[in-house]
Amino acid sequence: MSASGLDHAAPVAPPAAPPPVPPLPDPPARPRWALRALVALGIIGALAALRIALEAVLIEYAQRILMLAGINVILAVSLNLINGTTGQFSIGHAGFMAIGAYAAAFLGTHLAPAVAALLGSGALADAVTFNLALVLGALFAGLSGLCVGLPSLRLRGDYLAIVTLGFGEIIRISFNNAQFLGAATGYFGDSPAGLPPYTNLFWVLLWVVIVILITWNITFSQTGRSLAAIREDEIAAEAMATPTTRLKVLAFSLSAAGAGIAGGLFAHMQAGIRPEDFKFDKSIDMIVMIIVGGLGSVSGAALGGVFVAVSLELMRDLHEYRLVLYALLLIGIMLVRPQGILGTRELPSLLGGLWQRLAARGTAKNASSGGAER
Amino acid sequence: MSEFLQQVVNGLSLGSIYALIALGYTMVYGILKLINFAHGEVFMMGAYAGYYSAGWLGVNGYEAAGRGFPLLLALVVLCFAMGSMALLGVTIEALAYRPVRSAPRLTPLITAIGVSLFLQNAAMLVFSPNPRRYPAILSEVRFEVGGVIVTNIKLAIFVVAMVLMVGLYLLVNRSWTGRAMRALSMNADAARLMGIDVNATIRATFAIGSALAAAGGILFGLDQITINPLMGVLTGLKAFVAAVLGGIGNIPGALIGGLLIGLAEQLTAGYISPDYRDAITFVILILMLLVKPEGLLGVVRQEKV
Amino acid sequence: MLLELDHVHKIFGGLHAVKAVQLRVEPGEIFGLIGPNGAGKTTIFNVVTGVYRPDRGRVLFDGKDISGWSPAQIAGAGIGRTFQNIRLFRSMTAEQNVMVSGRRLHSAGLLATILRTASQADCERALRRRAHELLEALGLRGQAHDMAGSLPYGSQRRLEIARALMLAPKLLLLDEPAAGMNSQEARELEAQIRWLRDELKVAVVLVEHNMSVVMSVCERIHVVDHGETIADGPPSAIKTHPKVLAAYLGQEDSSGDAPRPEGEP
Repeated sequence: MSASGLDHAAPVAPPAAPPPVPPLPDPPARPRWALRALVALGIIGALAALRIALEAVLIEYAQRILMLAGINVILAVSLNLINGTTGQFSIGHAGFMAIGAYAAAFLGTHLAPAVAALLGSGALADAVTFNLALVLGALFAGLSGLCVGLPSLRLRGDYLAIVTLGFGEIIRISFNNAQFLGAATGYFGDSPAGLPPYTNLFWVLLWVVIVILITWNITFSQTGRSLAAIREDEIAAEAMATPTTRLKVLAFSLSAAGAGIAGGLFAHMQAGIRPEDFKFDKSIDMIVMIIVGGLGSVSGAALGGVFVAVSLELMRDLHEYRLVLYALLLIGIMLVRPQGILGTRELPSLLGGLWQRLAARGTAKNASSGGAER
Repeated sequence: MSEFLQQVVNGLSLGSIYALIALGYTMVYGILKLINFAHGEVFMMGAYAGYYSAGWLGVNGYEAAGRGFPLLLALVVLCFAMGSMALLGVTIEALAYRPVRSAPRLTPLITAIGVSLFLQNAAMLVFSPNPRRYPAILSEVRFEVGGVIVTNIKLAIFVVAMVLMVGLYLLVNRSWTGRAMRALSMNADAARLMGIDVNATIRATFAIGSALAAAGGILFGLDQITINPLMGVLTGLKAFVAAVLGGIGNIPGALIGGLLIGLAEQLTAGYISPDYRDAITFVILILMLLVKPEGLLGVVRQEKV
Repeated sequence: MLLELDHVHKIFGGLHAVKAVQLRVEPGEIFGLIGPNGAGKTTIFNVVTGVYRPDRGRVLFDGKDISGWSPAQIAGAGIGRTFQNIRLFRSMTAEQNVMVSGRRLHSAGLLATILRTASQADCERALRRRAHELLEALGLRGQAHDMAGSLPYGSQRRLEIARALMLAPKLLLLDEPAAGMNSQEARELEAQIRWLRDELKVAVVLVEHNMSVVMSVCERIHVVDHGETIADGPPSAIKTHPKVLAAYLGQEDSSGDAPRPEGEP
């Protein structure tokens, strides 16, 4: 390579009079692991404290809405990776959520005795069982994402939409007929009390943080740029050596895994799960979340998740009018502001821009490009 | 053997309903490159339009008196449903799709989902979510041919579907509107420059597609005996798969795809398990996309680079 | 021999778009591919870059038969291209556009990306530095953070070149890079093309209708008409080649954009 002079390290000079080398933008900081561990512990501590505080202050109903909002955030942020960032439209994500929910509930039920034998029964064993079940649920959902994505993502166009839709239906029909998972009655675990209520505000918030961090790091990396390039122009992306199919399948599987986590958390919020919890409407909810917030924006998706949880609760009294209004809302957003509230922008960069403008008023203008990508 | 033939007869009549609905998908997709998710709901509304108009024409009185509903009135019901759904289709296009026609392709797709959701829920409010028994617009006559039970309803379904499809084929290939439609689906910009009224042509496409879906709705009601506000979801989906299977944008393809899906569904129900009759459609879809993504009669269209 | 087309055919339905084309590009050569509109130039580009598969014949690059490879594989093997009808990632910044094609510089895997490891941060930094060097070289320094879709036309064309160069290609295919440029911009483009050959040692194949650019910058020119080769040689020979003149001028019409000995297009 260097023999032919193509080495990337080769100095590049402009053809005309070479102007001074521009200052490079701030390089991403090299990670310091000790600091990171400290921050992680801090976050865990803060979330534990937050949980205690919220449970002391809020009635159970409000806690439940907050947990649902957190689960929605996980769903929206994961779905956004494929629908928003990559621009491949999946409208059957309720199917992956269902797989995650059933797998976590079933495996959790069957793993609990083994974990208890190792760790004794108590809070620690519960935590281990629960998180193991969640991760396994995500794994199952991610693998099914791989199976669905491989054939359908090779194709351009909106076939993915229809395949995912069909897949979601197949999954629901299968659970409806799976006797060992309770068929249409639903799965309630082994004990008469139903599934153990592992899910609480701490776990929901912790997983929200984990999923957002992972998605954020992927979105703002070479992988994320390549995914966005696929959304912008797949032919050009291919011509720039981007392995489009592989990346699409990756994004789709990760997105399915995220929905699986949400499913596992959802399953352990109540006594049991039924196939009808994961109907097409659920997939539509997820799409509304990411559209309200802005397709392609991680923070926008998170906002959308909270918005949908809260607005569905507020509209609960409207009963059957609720979904009519909901549909009109969806059409209205598309007609008036199709890019959603944030578009592809991110909340931190918007806030950063605001901060810079305020700071610029006080002191001399301090040019910074740090917020450009974030 | 006669059981097999029975499944084939049932499959063909169900399949011709799918084909009627698939035509609407395939025509709209051919011209706008839009999966018109609301089309399944137009089909559902068409079934209700037939239900109510038959009611107004006193179908229950005929039934109570043990007399058959006059064929002329049955045709009036059919025409009313087709006409009102043509109007509905044009309205949907004008209100929900035209404003976002030049937006990125995701936008109209989401709008279409919104319209579909709206119609479903509005129908549940207005018509009630409970299934309705479909009025006997045609009173059933059964006859047996070589051990296979054929009803006049199944025959009528097949005949009506074929007549409408031949009509559509002639329209698209012989009339000015049809020529405009084909031109538009090949190259919208060139068609516009050649003086084709794009809006009028798209409007005609929606009107025709919706009218055919309405006919499908009535035939479906006759065939399946009950209708409900959510019937359009799965049936619409299967019809779309039929369109993809035959080659999207291709009218004879929609017919073949519809018949194949209907047959596959009946044979699965008969020989494997009725639980999987809905799943088989999607299995076929996925296999098709793997092997020949452009569909049976579709042509590969290379994107211009 | 860097690139060789060996009797390549491409047929679209009834249209024989490329007929038995044979051409050879040497390493480090600036090579012009010209011909009247519809002669099959862009189709040849699309066959070389894997967008189309040749119906007959072979495409050899760097000694390997690349016919049938996917566009991404071919790009990875070292062929960069630009598009006649600019295909930038419009709602990404100029910098991001260029960084997309830097996969070679980016060895960090998914886990490293998720954990933001030191090696991932290093890759990211190297990528960004190289992207800025290329933007600078093509005169886009001040526009690194502008959305690609909002750049002026000439800048978009140059951004496409920068993006293709980020692949570290051995061969660069430019599809009408001077289209829509004024003569001042076209002069700069000529300098940039020579520069990238001299400094980056990239061979360049140029499809271009601006004959002043072609004649001034190309060392060898290949002329196609109706999908067939009609001439191949140095600019001086092409300018006077009777078949070329006939193809451009037709029998009696003399208003076409024929290769002229000198001056403006």
